[in-house]
Amino acid sequence: MIFETLMIIALCLLVVAIMCNLYRIVKGPSSADRVQALDSVGINIIAGIAVFSVFLHTHAFFDLILLIGILSFIGTAAFAKFLERGVVIERKR
Amino acid sequence: MIGAVFILVGAIFSVVSAIGNVRLPDVYTRSHAASKSSTLGVLSTLIGTLLYFLILDGFFSIRLILGIFFVFLTAPVAAHMICRSAYRHHVPLTESTVQDELKDYYMENENPDSEDEEQVERVEGSVKPLAVD
Repeated sequence: MIFETLMIIALCLLVVAIMCNLYRIVKGPSSADRVQALDSVGINIIAGIAVFSVFLHTHAFFDLILLIGILSFIGTAAFAKFLERGVVIERKR
Repeated sequence: MIGAVFILVGAIFSVVSAIGNVRLPDVYTRSHAASKSSTLGVLSTLIGTLLYFLILDGFFSIRLILGIFFVFLTAPVAAHMICRSAYRHHVPLTESTVQDELKDYYMENENPDSEDEEQVERVEGSVKPLAVD
């Protein structure tokens, strides 16, 4: 019983963290701020999935952790390339 | 029960990282909060999950190990890429910045456009004969 209460407290803390990052996404002065906050939201979602799989006592969501980690990194890398050069994939001349 | 302690510590670290992400004044200072403490929080949460399933079920998940390794590897790299693109994109530093050592190097060695390089070469070419005369 106390274990499930602790998991719910951890989930609420993660929701608070994601809300703070959403404030930064909406308000952020430059687009680098927004990309950085989106990366942080992805990392917090990974932690939330781990806590939720403990809460439901199942192994089914572990693939999802790896998948969201890879997708978040690729998205952040593509946004960084786009902000730096203006294109995502560079052509050779 | 030790898994629960790890998970709670990780969630608290995530909240601290999010507060830093709201309150710090700059992209470059915010990247500290967004990369380091957030990575520590998610690492602690995933280790707690791994310990929970290892102790309760005896189930050692290799996917969770892969996820820990991948997050630990890629989150600082992503923060570095965002900071570099922000500096090249001329995002202003905060007003209380003490020194900017990258500025001199950036002005000397790299030009933002390729047309400026051609102009600089042309100016040097026109200056050299005058110096010989």
